[in-house]
Amino acid sequence: MSPTAPANEPAILVDQSKNLFKVARRNFVDPEILAAEKQRIFEHSWLYLGHGSELAKPGDFLTRNVAGRGILFARDGKGEPRALLNTCPHRGMQVCRERKGSAKSFQCFYHGWIFGLDGKLRSQPDAESYNDDFKTLETSNMTPVARFESYRDFYFVSFDRNIVSLSDYLAGAKEYIDLICDQTDAGMNIVPGTQEYSIRANWKLLTENSVDGYHAATTHASYFDYLGKTTDMTLGDVAARPAGYGYDLGNGHAVIEYPAPWGRPVAQWISAWGEKGRAEIDAIYNNLVRRHGEERAKRISKLNRNMFIFPNLVINDIMAVTVRTYYPTAPDYMQISSWSLAPKGESEWLSKYRLHNFLEFLGPGGFATPDDAEALEHCQRGFANFQDVPWNDISKGMNSKRPIHRDELQMRVFWTQWNNQMFPAPASKKSSVAA
Amino acid sequence: MADVTRAQVEDFLFEEADMLDKWQLPEWLELFTEDAEYQVPCMDLPADATPDHSLFYIADDRFRLGERVKRLMKRTAHVEFPHSKTRHMVSNVRVKPREDRDIDVTAVFATYRTKDGITDLYFGSSNYRLMPADGTFKIRSKRCVLDTDALRPSGRISIVL
Repeated sequence: MSPTAPANEPAILVDQSKNLFKVARRNFVDPEILAAEKQRIFEHSWLYLGHGSELAKPGDFLTRNVAGRGILFARDGKGEPRALLNTCPHRGMQVCRERKGSAKSFQCFYHGWIFGLDGKLRSQPDAESYNDDFKTLETSNMTPVARFESYRDFYFVSFDRNIVSLSDYLAGAKEYIDLICDQTDAGMNIVPGTQEYSIRANWKLLTENSVDGYHAATTHASYFDYLGKTTDMTLGDVAARPAGYGYDLGNGHAVIEYPAPWGRPVAQWISAWGEKGRAEIDAIYNNLVRRHGEERAKRISKLNRNMFIFPNLVINDIMAVTVRTYYPTAPDYMQISSWSLAPKGESEWLSKYRLHNFLEFLGPGGFATPDDAEALEHCQRGFANFQDVPWNDISKGMNSKRPIHRDELQMRVFWTQWNNQMFPAPASKKSSVAA
Repeated sequence: MADVTRAQVEDFLFEEADMLDKWQLPEWLELFTEDAEYQVPCMDLPADATPDHSLFYIADDRFRLGERVKRLMKRTAHVEFPHSKTRHMVSNVRVKPREDRDIDVTAVFATYRTKDGITDLYFGSSNYRLMPADGTFKIRSKRCVLDTDALRPSGRISIVL
């Protein structure tokens, strides 16, 4: 695929003077676009691997697929997290075939090589058939992922050795990760139980959907019918609060932050939680005020945040906190993994209500996510007409000084970054002389 | 309790399956007790996991189960409007006595869901706790454990399993 999009087939069409931002539907269906994305985006991003809480103690490990690669995520004997490419340096077999567990070492069963939690080769049968210094060679060990860094216990990997630091990459997203993690001073935990599902649609549709405020009233009408039975809060109560807006966080990340009438475990009470619940939520709120002051406590407690970190990490802090990643295996199919993130040491009552709150909306068995999936799958079917109806429109709110959460600034941020990485602007004439 | 036969329980489960396949959801809801629970755990959880501490796909109390039924009968439950076609197959039914008057039932299920030209299959084991009542039963709890590693390629549990 050529490094630039042909002039007669741009991937996006932007005209600020006309408040126009269009996205080619080809981007969602073309296998060549997907192949280019794999090279130009997924190979040059920080990608979420897992959370520190998933490796509670030294020796704990899990295996996970990230951008099509098997990764072994383990805490070594000294307590240091490691990210190793799950492939034997001998003849390639996946060394660890378990989903998760605890171990002192990993043995590749094929020929019996044994590796430490740090991936270093510890022993091999018939070691005398190898040079004396074989075990000292870097190439005899399991290969660590090129880059591996964390922020607030979220661990990321990159396959690009030269990528900027994770902190630089996250840019303005850090502020929002902080707002979520500051819900507690005890640290956050990934709750046991992974929702692993799929949607028969292009992965980029889920990035858009995850930060879409506009679709809630109609796609999730039946959820709001249900919600009305569990709270006395009305949309009017919520409208009296600060409005919701979309924000560009830099580097392709974006967030919407907005009030909503559902219950928030930290910390917005609903009548369905009863008086016991009210006391507990009040205590949590007061504690936040003590630690962070009234303004920040209000922001943490009463506003919701739907955020994506480019390209495919969603962290939604809504009626529970969900962490979600998704990878394409075809232009019209993605595999999704979704977790609940919760403060450590939550009371029995709140842990239960948080999870119940999560399920009523989020996840493939809830009252909302399946309708999102239905919408995305029918968009994908609609894209079959892309040669005759070539463009999506994401210009909502371009005419506004401050786009609201129901506008489409978040999508424009994503697509601008996507386009920059997929089709970088051609080098200036000066710098191309040497070629 | 000694009088409950496998055939009686099977008849009950086949009737439940038929109600679901006919989308007689309000009638199906009547089969449940007031303290009923309906659960579908995530597949990477141990057998004794509870929804109070672990993330499930579905963990409905009787109230939410009722809301689920209401929702599914609305046009605005877009994923199931128009209704998908389902076929619930129930097999390997075994009845186990309990200390109290209820009975434990384990069965195997295979449910096909067809919508918009795509058919997905859900299969696994179902565990019921039934309360004998009026010559038939009420469901006190129903837990469906899916056997696949992931909810793929269906990607949803919008029907009742």
